[in-house]
Amino acid sequence: MLTLVKRPFENEHPDQVGPDEIPLWVNDLTVAYHRKPVLWDVDLSLPEGQLIAVVGPNGAGKSTLIKAVLGLVPRASGAVSIYGRPYESQRRLVAYVPQRESVDWDFPVNAMDVVAMGTYRQIGWLKPVTRRHRRKALEELEKVGMAAYAKRQISQLSGGQQQRVFLARALAQDARIYFMDEPFAGVDVATERAIIALLKELKSAGRTCVVVHHDLQTVPSYFDHVVLLNMRVVDSGPINRVFTEENLKKTYGGKLTLLSQALHEYAQDPRLPSGERQV
Amino acid sequence: MTIRSQDVLRLSIPVGLAAAAAVVPVEAAAGGLSGAQFQWPTGPELLRVLTFQDYNTRVVIIGTTLLGLAAGLVGTFLLLRKRALLSDAISHATLPGIALAFIVMSLVWGNGKHLLGLISGAAVFSVVGTASVMFIQKYSRLKDDAAMGIVLSVFFGFGIALMGLATRMQSGNAAGLSSFIYGKTASMLFFDAMLIAVTALAAIIFCMLFFKEFALICFDADYGATQGWPVTRLDFLMMSLVVVVTVIGLQAVGLILVVALLIIPAAAARFWTFSLRHMLWLSGCFGALSGMLGSGISALMANLPAGAVIVLTASTLFLFSMTFGSARGVLKLVVERYRLRKRIASENLLRDLYEWFENVRPADGAAAVEFQRQGPRIADLLARRSWSSRQLLRTVKHLTASRDLTIDAGHRLLFTDQGVQAAKAIVRKHRLWEAYLVAHADVATGMVDLSADRIEHVLDEEIIGQLERLFPSVNPKELPKSPHALASWQGAV
Repeated sequence: MLTLVKRPFENEHPDQVGPDEIPLWVNDLTVAYHRKPVLWDVDLSLPEGQLIAVVGPNGAGKSTLIKAVLGLVPRASGAVSIYGRPYESQRRLVAYVPQRESVDWDFPVNAMDVVAMGTYRQIGWLKPVTRRHRRKALEELEKVGMAAYAKRQISQLSGGQQQRVFLARALAQDARIYFMDEPFAGVDVATERAIIALLKELKSAGRTCVVVHHDLQTVPSYFDHVVLLNMRVVDSGPINRVFTEENLKKTYGGKLTLLSQALHEYAQDPRLPSGERQV
Repeated sequence: MTIRSQDVLRLSIPVGLAAAAAVVPVEAAAGGLSGAQFQWPTGPELLRVLTFQDYNTRVVIIGTTLLGLAAGLVGTFLLLRKRALLSDAISHATLPGIALAFIVMSLVWGNGKHLLGLISGAAVFSVVGTASVMFIQKYSRLKDDAAMGIVLSVFFGFGIALMGLATRMQSGNAAGLSSFIYGKTASMLFFDAMLIAVTALAAIIFCMLFFKEFALICFDADYGATQGWPVTRLDFLMMSLVVVVTVIGLQAVGLILVVALLIIPAAAARFWTFSLRHMLWLSGCFGALSGMLGSGISALMANLPAGAVIVLTASTLFLFSMTFGSARGVLKLVVERYRLRKRIASENLLRDLYEWFENVRPADGAAAVEFQRQGPRIADLLARRSWSSRQLLRTVKHLTASRDLTIDAGHRLLFTDQGVQAAKAIVRKHRLWEAYLVAHADVATGMVDLSADRIEHVLDEEIIGQLERLFPSVNPKELPKSPHALASWQGAV
């Protein structure tokens, strides 16, 4: 399957999988948890330097899409490229903001320690965090309005402040494309405003932000581009073209549950082979 | 027929003994408890142990101290990676390894009691045990605790069975093999202590070298993976350190108790600090201290097995830390709660008093609140809230002691200048929150007082800053009137 995808670009670079100028290019991606497909035949090509929302109902596979791109969940099939190369060779171009609930905030570190983790790759193996990296961490905290909380233990921060710490950690990576998983979930007004300001700043610096978002109302005002996802990509493109009532109905309406149901039935049946391609 | 039954009889006696030896602590079986003579050490004995004069004691104490240090360091990461229970499965899985190594070595060399061989067997099986846990987790849908419970008991049972076989062997000299279950420091040789020392040093160096990497995967392994850190391999290294510490700890504290040395010092250290680096070193110190004191005490008191004393010392440190820990000890929480309650009572009183003065503002409509007028009596304040007269009197006493209030000759309360400032600050928080509730949360003006009454004490600088921007009219110089009538004061005026 991979060879099929590779063919058109084969001659330029040995490990070229997608177009060079596209920050995120996904072809034919399928992901399954315990044989149950969560994403199915996803094709995507996202523009550079834009704020991109990934929207869809619960269980549509929004987080899974990001995790599959970043190699955190195994792909059953398909190819992913970041600026033309596989993610594995482009890590330094990519920063990740996981969901806030994904970690235990009762961990014995302070806000600055967490942000400094964004520089660990630059620091490299076995070397300690130096003053230069801590200064860098403080700068990033400043950008999200959290400099005053640098020395505070992370369990003593509010949910919104924790979210901003995660954003600062991603900023410390100096990436070109940022993947953010529900950064607006359950945050206060100040944090929401800080995140929007940050997104705008990243955009004006030419960075690409792919943001899993749950609040449909704010999509048109916060983002330029939207990916409507419900196991498959319903549509992807500029807000004014794609963010239509008809498309939303398709994404959130009942019709697609049939697909999910059928695939679930399939996964439950132990007699059938597990390769999703035969569906 | 008769010959046969005699054979059976002859055979059954050693088997029975072996079974007994496998389940009863060696120290107890050795007659310590049956003798029931508990001897306090004499002065010279004490001196000998404390000054490390006794060669054997010196070896044991140095060995267990280093073991404790290594276990404390490695245990910190184990605890933070939320794998504490896995170490229990690991340690129990060593038993079949020990027995099997013994049997093989007995068959090959005739003597199975070679420490390096035994702990190599233990190490191999602990890895097999860990792999089994991960295999069950991955391929069955059993939860982690069930997977660990199964592996722990199956391996331990298998080990006990093999131990039975080993003790029945003609060659090999199996006596004392079961000391690996409960530990027996007294049998520790110089070579054993050196082995522990070298391995412990290696574990310590690894913990220091990989501090940053281990911290990253303990806190957020997925994020580490996106940066390209080989999380699985780092995990493997971390668990290998756990295996190493477990295996070298077998002889000293035994496979049942070595888990305690891994978990308890780290758990105790957590009560003292919010910094990972401090926690790591503190945990190492607790572990070392447990090892040193434990084996020291055990050397002084003939019948106390070292493993048990080491663990009891560690638990004493744990209990002490849990109670007095400066970061999150129970006592500190109690004191903090008491302080908060005291602060809330003071703030309530200050605000009530301020509102009293506000309410007796002269009828001619002068804007400023006159604090020089006579204040309320304590009896007036008592009706204002559901506080007992004792609570109220105590609060008044606090505030007069901190020079926020004075009491005049007529038993009436008066603000000091400092008290006015403090009262204004808290009233302002209250009014800001009320204004916010009325304007943005659609709460009726009559209802906001109660909510604000609770919230005003916990509003931090950041939220206050936002509220200030929302309601610039609520400025500290001139506070606006309360949005609702200050009803309960009407009678007092």
